[in-house]
Order: sequence, then structure tokens, then C-alpha cells
Amino acid sequence: MTENTFTLDARIPDGPIQDHWDKHKFDTKLVNPANKRKYKVIIIGTGLAGASAAATLGELGYEVEAFTYHDSARRAHSIAAQGGINAAKNYPNDGDSIYRLFYDTVKGGDYRSRESNVYRLAQVSNEIIDQAAAQGVPFAREYGGLLDNRSFGGAQVSRTFYARGQTGQQLLLGAYQALARQIELGTVTFHNRAEMLDVVTKEGRAVGVIIRDLVTGEVTPHSAHVVMLATGGYSNVYFLSTNAMACNGTAAWRAHRKGAFFANPSFTQIHPTCIPASDEHQSKLTLMSESLRNDGRIWVPLKDGDDRAPNDIPEDERDYYLERQYPAFGNLVPRDVASRAAMRMIDENRGVGPLKNGVYLDFRSAIGRLGKTKIEERYGNLFEMYERITDEDPYTVPMRIYPAPHYTMGGLWVDYNLMTTVPGLYALGEANFSDHGANRLGASALMQGLADGYFVIPYTVGEYLADWLNIEPVSTTDTVFTEAIEEVNQRTEQFLSIKGNRSVDDFHRELGKIMIEHVGLARNREGLQQAIQKIKAVHEEFWNDLKVLGTSDSLNQSLERAGRVADFFEIAELMAIDALNREESCGGHFRLEHQTEDGEARRDDENFAYVAAWEWKGENWPQTLHKEQLEFEYVALSQRSYK
Amino acid sequence: MDLSLKVWRQAGSDERGEFKTYDAKNVSPESSFLEMLDQVNEHLNAIGEEPIAFDDDCREGICGMCGVMVNGHPHGPQQGTATCQLHMRKFADGDSITIEPWRASSMPVVRDLIVDRSPLDRIIEAGGYVSVNTGAAPDANIIAIPKEAAEASMDAAACIGCAACVAACPNSAANLFTAAKINHLSLLPQGQPERWSRVVAMVETMEQYFGSCTNFGECEAACPKNISIDFIAMMNRDYIKAQFKNLVKTAQ
Repeated sequence: MTENTFTLDARIPDGPIQDHWDKHKFDTKLVNPANKRKYKVIIIGTGLAGASAAATLGELGYEVEAFTYHDSARRAHSIAAQGGINAAKNYPNDGDSIYRLFYDTVKGGDYRSRESNVYRLAQVSNEIIDQAAAQGVPFAREYGGLLDNRSFGGAQVSRTFYARGQTGQQLLLGAYQALARQIELGTVTFHNRAEMLDVVTKEGRAVGVIIRDLVTGEVTPHSAHVVMLATGGYSNVYFLSTNAMACNGTAAWRAHRKGAFFANPSFTQIHPTCIPASDEHQSKLTLMSESLRNDGRIWVPLKDGDDRAPNDIPEDERDYYLERQYPAFGNLVPRDVASRAAMRMIDENRGVGPLKNGVYLDFRSAIGRLGKTKIEERYGNLFEMYERITDEDPYTVPMRIYPAPHYTMGGLWVDYNLMTTVPGLYALGEANFSDHGANRLGASALMQGLADGYFVIPYTVGEYLADWLNIEPVSTTDTVFTEAIEEVNQRTEQFLSIKGNRSVDDFHRELGKIMIEHVGLARNREGLQQAIQKIKAVHEEFWNDLKVLGTSDSLNQSLERAGRVADFFEIAELMAIDALNREESCGGHFRLEHQTEDGEARRDDENFAYVAAWEWKGENWPQTLHKEQLEFEYVALSQRSYK
Repeated sequence: MDLSLKVWRQAGSDERGEFKTYDAKNVSPESSFLEMLDQVNEHLNAIGEEPIAFDDDCREGICGMCGVMVNGHPHGPQQGTATCQLHMRKFADGDSITIEPWRASSMPVVRDLIVDRSPLDRIIEAGGYVSVNTGAAPDANIIAIPKEAAEASMDAAACIGCAACVAACPNSAANLFTAAKINHLSLLPQGQPERWSRVVAMVETMEQYFGSCTNFGECEAACPKNISIDFIAMMNRDYIKAQFKNLVKTAQ
């Protein structure tokens, strides 16, 4: 691989970290209210980050054009987040503060995130709760009418706000409704069933996008002063993940191919509490909220190969391994730690369930302590969801859970302004890499998505826009647009013209198996090298043996998936290359060669305390690695301990 | 298990549709309903017939993207369940299953089992929000909300916007959908300032697109989130009150 020592400038403000954001807001150029309507902003994706950005920029007076591939902005996968959203309100009076939320997030991310960004995230977290409450988000409340909090993994304070097990849904509806209001007011033009297939650049700057109408197949150019991608993560590279079926990395990858560096692609989160796969035809995995670990106790039988029904195994023959190994945090250790511990149990042949691929999450003692009604009130909808899928009643039989791909900390590299390495192109929410380091703490994804959309981008975008006052966006008749359309059309026709034997899903499933085996919970050098070869081989076969029926001028779901899976192959390869390059273990990236004696991740801060940002160098890999050195001035680097 | 499927196929909104019969062989009872359709689609693709188009996404019953008529029931026979959460163990080997799109003139078929539900978004755009700009909010704990009110509001806010209520209604009314949003907001203090203008704007927009409610109650039975028809009564009451309230704004 080619390395480049050129330092990426993250444009982090000077001075004490507590003042960075205020200082930056003051130093950033403002756009006069009368001038805002002269700027055109394109936003791709209308989940938490995209909808909140579109609504807020619309309120400010920008001319916004927003796109989603769904039929409505209310469908984005943010909606499936169950457990909650963190904020440093300290309402429970248990010792929380902005500084503690900042500290926990940097530590939870295993010291691979940018301190300044994380501090800002913690600062604006409280405003998000205020904003959501004002919008009418029905957060859970105490009997006195004030907001209730619950605990989440990786924290020893209760700072998580929630709306039953549907927090993501309610926050997304809040943002969706704010967006609906702007659509009605005419500040935002909204396009549904519209997928972005390319970013258009001119002289190195982002000037627009190419969109395919998923109903008619029509491909159209759209130009603007800035383009913002809020297009989520790429966990579906594993085929089986907790992500929705359509979640994909295409927008981010297309941007990458146009010059946006892709950062830490190997940092993926495997969530510990998902329902184990039941058979070959399974299409996705279902998450059970981490909040269940507040009251559920995780265990496996003490003896390996114990086949007794869970309720027949007496208390002294159960191994509550998280409570045993991590007494301080117990069942609330961070996700990466909990996932690896479960993996070790299953490797020791102590897995449970028909396929021996799970561990128990048991509510017996909580039901005994609090009563069934209380548990039902807290987790009723989750228990119901579990019962539908498994046909087992979790009030009487312990749940079975297993780790599953869930979130990608990696993403497009962005500076403090959330701008990628392509001027005028921004990345928001899960699509960027910025705040979670090598492991995201629970209830932080909603926080980050909304922070970026409501409170960060509306300020930081001014910096770039100020230079473009009274300059019209590039015309959509410009050759950069006509050429981009031509490329998109060629690619579409290529999928249809292969006329091979295998379906898109078949290829996707095969890719997923390679990824989960070699680039999943545990990785090693040999496995990663093999993975790269295998990915290349299947990728080549994809372009020779794919079978997509139908036409490009109508609604064609196989065709849509073909484009996404084609990009997943390239993302997969970069993930494996990045994982191979990072000769250390940190957070969700666990290299078997780099572990402590008791099986914990061993970081190498001397050589790897950097963000690996990859630059696309054309079809002939390898790509070029750029390093952004991470400075830890406020949170001392130490081995994470949750014992 | 082996099944026989009668599936609605329609190439586009202006094309003529028809039922086609397909065999679904070796379906695992552990599969979800949509996974069974995936399996059928893989087979169709292999034999050179275009796969059946259907909407879906999260496959855990929250995004509201999926929804088909299964043997005449919106989302199938299981109470309080979205199509994606329906499992094949609820069917028997040898069953014949009829699968159709939502049927309502306000939601035309786009292709096969996919319909255009965007009129629901028009109803929300008419007023389904609290008009509060980003940044203007006071501290979240300034307004105490009785727990019961927050819970009742959440019951209404649980709507996933799938449109099963419209599909179930003999009149293709969208009253349950509209009432869910109106009550989500009117049960909270934050929703009060626009309470009366909101109900009028949303109800009137609803009536531009959808049929009228005649209290069949099919919507409640079909709702995957068990949203209560009581919310429709509360919406109607607010709508009538609003006729007077809006005349005398100061008396609110």
C-alpha cells in the first residue's frame, strides 16, 4: 500500500477544549439572513441527521433540496433505534456532566476519536433533548412529570432519555415533522423514491448529484452550492446485520471515488444483544435494545455442552460471566467487550439454543425484584417483538441473544466543520467517521445524528458558503453533469447486460459470509489476507455472472440492489485492507495477534493513535493511506478497564 | 412446508393487473412472511420471471414500509403485527395464500404490491408538528407533563404510517392515521398553541384525499400497533370545538 505522511488538517480550533465550539462559532463567517436564500443546499438521506439538517437549514432560509430512496422521510433506519439518546443533563443528580459524557465517549471509543469533536457533541447533547421535548417527542416521564433516565453500557451514570423502546422512532418523527413543516412552507423541496448514484465535482469541488427516480428510472442532474450526505452506515456489507434491508454504502462510496477520503473503514460495531440466526433463509437480524442489559442478566451454563432447558439449570451451575469478569460494570460493559465475551463463551462450546449460537439474557431476578408489570412497562414492546420472532415467552424463558453487525464507526473523513476532503461536500451522522472512535457507546448514535443536523452543520456550513455569494451553482447542462449521467447510465445498462446465472442476493450473501468470518468480531492477518483474495474473486464473478431481469426505465428492485452490492464489494475490500493495516486491537477492531493475557484488546498508541483515511486512486488498487494523528490532551490514554 | 400463492402482479400504475399463482416449496416455518417472498423471488429470478416487487425495509415492524393484504387481512391474520413480523409458523403446510397490495383509490398501485402512500405525508405537512425552530427550545424539564398524559400521547405516537388502516376501511378513510398524529400532539402541553388550527388543517387535507369515516372500526383491528379508535372520537371532538375556537381566538 502507498502511505502518505501529509497531515490532514481537521481544522480544530485553538485554546482550551471547553471553548473550542464557542470560539469556532464566533470565528465562522455568518451568512446574512437575506443572503441565505441565494444558496442552494442538497441533502441526501432524510434520517435523523438528514431530516434535522434539512429542517434547520430550511428554517434559516437556505434553499434546500432533500432526497430519500424511501417513499417517505419517516422510514429511515434511525427509526429502529430502540433504547435511547444520551445527554449530559444530570437530571438524576448522579454526577454527570458535559465533561463526563465527553470522557466516557472518548474512553468508550477506545481512544480513536477526535477529542474536540466529541467535546462538542457532549456540549450540544442537552440542546437536543430540549429541542425534541419542544417538538412534542413523548419521552418517558417520572410521576412528578419530569423526564426519566435509564442507564446504558459504558457509563456509570443514568443519562439516557427514552420513549419506551421506540426512541429512534419518536426522534425521527420529530425531525420528519420539522421537515414536513419546511416542505409546507416551501423552503425545502423534497424528492421521495429517489436514489443518489453519483456526486458531481468540478475543479475538485462538489457541485451537485445525479439522482435516479426509482419509480420511472429517470436519471436527472441536480446542482447546488453544497452537497450533504446523511446516508448512514455500511453494516449491510455483512449481508446479515441489524440494518434495514435497503441500508447501503453507495452514496458514501461514490463520494469516495470522487475524492472524499474514507476513514477507519474497519471500525464496525458488532452489537451484543441480537436474536441469533435461525436458518439459512434469514434475511436480517433483529436487535434487542441494549437497555435490556439494565435488568437482564447474561449467562451460559457452567459446563460445556449442557443441553438442559435453561429453567432446569440451577443457579450454581450458571456462569454469569460478565458479572464475574467485570464486577464494576457487570452486564453494562460496552458493546465490544460484551460481544467478544459472548463469542468466547460460544467458542468454548457453552453456547445455547438449537444452533448453539446464543447466550441467555435472563429477567428472572428482575421480575422477582420488580414484578412483571414493571418489566412489561419498561420493555413490553421488545419482549413482544422477541416472542413474535422466536415463539418463546421471555417472561418465563430467558431470551437468547448473539452479537450481530449493527453500526459502522468508520465513514467519510470530515474536518471539524463536517466537510469531507472534497470542498463543498459534507457528511453527517453515521455516514461520517468523527465521534465514536473504534467503538460507539449505546444511545450515542441518535445523539450524534441530531447534533450534526440540528446544531453543528447549520453553523459550520457558513464558512464555505460565504465565498460563493452571488455566484450561481454550476449549470446542470455543464459537461461535468452530462458526463456523470452518461457514466451512471452505462453502469445501469451493464448490470442488465451481464445476463449471468446468479441473483444479486446470492452474491451479497456470499460476500457477507466472507466478511463475518474474516472481518467480523475477531480478525487476524492470515484471515484478512484470505478475505481480500476471496472478495476480489467473488467481485469478479459478480461482474461476469450476475442476473438482473427487467429494465432500467421502471421500478426494478433487483437493479437497485445490484448497484448497492457492487459498491459493497469495494467497501469490503477496503475494510479488510484497513483491518490488515491496523496492527493493534482497539474497540470493535479486534486482532487476535494483539490481545492481553485475559483476552482484552491491546492498543498500540505509539504507532496507531491515528485516523486511517484512505484516498481512492482509481480502479487499480491499492489506495493511498493518509494519517490524521490523534492528540489526547484531556483524556489520558490508558487501557480501558471495566472491571 | 409447501404453499400455493396467488399474487397480484401489475407492471405499473397505468397497466392492467392480474393474479398469478406461484408455488412456494420447502418454506421453513421459522421464516418470516417476507423471507418466504424473498425465496419465491429467488426462484422467479432463476427461471427468468421478474421478481415480485414489494415494499419493506426494517423487517422489525417499526419503519412502516411494508404491508400487503394477506388473505384479505391487512398485514395478515395476526393481531398487532406488521407483515414483516408475521412468521410462517402461523400458516399450515399446503395452505393457499392470496397476496394483494393495499387497495384505495388515493393510494394507487406503483408496481405489484407497492402503492403510493404519499397523501399521508401531505396530511402531516398540513400541520402534524409543533412549529418550533431549532434552537428556540426552553429547558426540557421546564414543563412537567403528567406521566399518564405522556403515556397516552406515546400510545398515539406509536403509529408507523403503514396505511393498513386505510386499506382495511371500506371507505378508504385515513381517520386513524390522522387522529393518531393529532392526539400525539394535542395530549401534550407543547401541542396546545396550535391545537385548534392543526386539527382543522389536517382533517381538511385528509378529506381531500381519503374517504369518510363511518365507524366500521376495521382500522383498529388492522393496526399493527393496536392504536385505539378512541383517538378518532377525540379528533372529531376537537374538530367540532375548533369550529368555535377558531372564531374566537382570544378565548382559547
